[in-house]
Amino acid sequence: MVKRIPVGAHYGLRDWLAQRVTAIVMAVYSVLMMLIVLIERPSNYGTWKALFSHQWFRLASLLFALSLFWHAWIGVRDILMDYVKSTAVRLALQILVILALVAYALWSVQILWSIQ
Amino acid sequence: MKFRIYRYDPEKDTKPTMKEYDVALEPTDRMLLDALVRIKSMDDSLSLRRSCREGVCGSDAMNINGKNGLACITKLADLKEPVELRPLPGLPVIRDLIVDMSQFFKQYHSIKPYLQNAEPAPEKERLQSPTDRLELDGLYECILCACCSTSCPSFWWNPDKFVGPAGLLAAYRFIADSRDQATNDRLDDLEDPYRLFRCHSIMNCVDVCPKGLNPTRAIGKIKEIMIKRMV
Ligand code: SF4
Ligand code: SF4
Ligand code: FES
Repeated sequence: MVKRIPVGAHYGLRDWLAQRVTAIVMAVYSVLMMLIVLIERPSNYGTWKALFSHQWFRLASLLFALSLFWHAWIGVRDILMDYVKSTAVRLALQILVILALVAYALWSVQILWSIQ
Repeated sequence: MKFRIYRYDPEKDTKPTMKEYDVALEPTDRMLLDALVRIKSMDDSLSLRRSCREGVCGSDAMNINGKNGLACITKLADLKEPVELRPLPGLPVIRDLIVDMSQFFKQYHSIKPYLQNAEPAPEKERLQSPTDRLELDGLYECILCACCSTSCPSFWWNPDKFVGPAGLLAAYRFIADSRDQATNDRLDDLEDPYRLFRCHSIMNCVDVCPKGLNPTRAIGKIKEIMIKRMV
């Protein structure tokens, strides 16, 4: 019997690009964070809280978190594609990963905007 | 010179073994293939492929001290003893150093490795400017030895779905060809999370290619053209 392998999902480039763009966002945020720690030297709860009460900083942090989750999704899916051979198991694991990442994203929003 | 060679006959043996050989070489034995031919004259049960003995046909690719290469252009003087020889990794072994290359060639054929041009062929030949022709350098020289694809982890995990470095190099050879008119179809065919995007730029392929070719660069070029097409 000839085993036919269906391919041609017509995506791949978008994810590959997203992986690179999200990596840049994370790198920029990390540098920004390092500069803040070096220059502003937030040392106690009060100064950290003041930092996170800026709306722009919350947004930047959220952007970082979303980039991280999106990046993680592509990376984890790549690992599953490489190593998990059963389609059913792969699909189940992918769904679990997506649900977990969406939950983390919502949780990040809650944490960032709960600082008053 | 001492050798340890992978021996396996799936019809007789339950599992592969490494067999030791100690051969007295002649001064004319310079390349690994010379030594293998000598070993074969001592033990004719050893199976291997070879033909051109000058790095042109691509049939004597094998894993030499852990790295894929062609026996006929690997200098004996550069090899550490005992020289460990194994078949190319990741493909089914037919016997000893001979592997079943069907999967590799199937991927090669899947990229339609021929010129596609609907215009009627001119009397003599389809012309190309020297600059356009230059684009094909570093692409057309591939001898399909499979050293690259069988050293690529992505090809080991998904040999049925990932085209592999050799196939992708060939794909870019036709995408880059000014006489080919199927560029869009070719790009469509590769816009797939498995066929092209299993490549994680590990660059094992570049490291082993005995012809000094760079499949990773070709893969990068394909992505570049896809981006141009998308944005
Ligand atoms: S790209 Fe190099 S290693 Fe790969 S098949 Fe062609 S010649 Fe062999
Ligand atoms: S660069 Fe890509 S094709 Fe080459 S060995 Fe790495 S994953 Fe395979
Ligand atoms: S025998 Fe032809 S490439 Fe080595």
